[in-house]
Amino acid sequence: MSDIADRVKKIVVEHLGVDGEKVVEGASFIDDLGADSLDTVELVMAFEEEFGVEIPDTAAETILTVGDAVKFLEANK
Amino acid sequence: MFSLEGKNALVTGATGGIGEAIARALHAQGATVSLSGTRAEKLEALASDLGERAFVTPANLSDRDAVDALLPAAEEKMGSVDILVNNAGITRDNIFMRMKDEEWDQVLEVNLSSGFRLCRAAIKGMMKRRSGRIIGITSVVGVTGNPGQANYAAAKAGMIGMYKSVAREVASRNITVNTIAPGFIETAMTDALNDKQKDSILTSVPAGRLGTSHEIASAALYLASDEAAYVTGQTIHVNGGMAMI
Repeated sequence: MSDIADRVKKIVVEHLGVDGEKVVEGASFIDDLGADSLDTVELVMAFEEEFGVEIPDTAAETILTVGDAVKFLEANK
Repeated sequence: MFSLEGKNALVTGATGGIGEAIARALHAQGATVSLSGTRAEKLEALASDLGERAFVTPANLSDRDAVDALLPAAEEKMGSVDILVNNAGITRDNIFMRMKDEEWDQVLEVNLSSGFRLCRAAIKGMMKRRSGRIIGITSVVGVTGNPGQANYAAAKAGMIGMYKSVAREVASRNITVNTIAPGFIETAMTDALNDKQKDSILTSVPAGRLGTSHEIASAALYLASDEAAYVTGQTIHVNGGMAMI
């Protein structure tokens, strides 16, 4: 796992209180990790803070899985 | 009880009677306040009267860019906005059949849409801090209707629906979202009425008098306090009994 993926995983585990083993690339925040829509907004805010990037609403709406987040952050670091 | 020590509050419409009273009440309980309004000189005078813990962030809420700049400006001065009081409002009264599009649009923009944008901006920080208070000053006419005020009543009723919806969304993050609905209060808005109009209004008020802006500020202070943590999505009616809802 890349450094970015590790940091994303840590945030997801902390925020959603889920088991780290479940936080795999294909895991959907809502369907697999039990997030509600407000949690997804907060995750995006946490990513913005951790990585010092701005994630516009249009991009945030496409970040549905752990892998989506890693991909976006790798492309925009 | 009702201490606001360490809390930062942004109050819009702080040059009006009710807005000023709210700013004074929150400040008196220890809050730092950022005063917003269109008349910078009047805001400065109020800030210097309050002394420490008072800042001035003027903004014309009919200007969308100014609305978007207001929350960041208040956060920069105070560090955060823990309490947002959407109090600013205008009237453009006219009988419905004569009401101009501009009269409708201006009232909806200032009284409803600017509050939507300010709430959206404020909630971001409140979510992160897992606490916040949003208080909107609506009006009894948003619930009862009032001839000549279709635009104003629509905006005020719209606030109530919006606040209830937001309250449901963010309650789990310890953010409460409530409105206060004043009845007839002694302010510049009601000073414009003549004695005959006032007498006619008072026949519908069981308390037999106009309310004071201090009585609205007291309700705002309660909603802003930790003591009101379990109150959300509500409208507190402060109207001397003229409408019992």
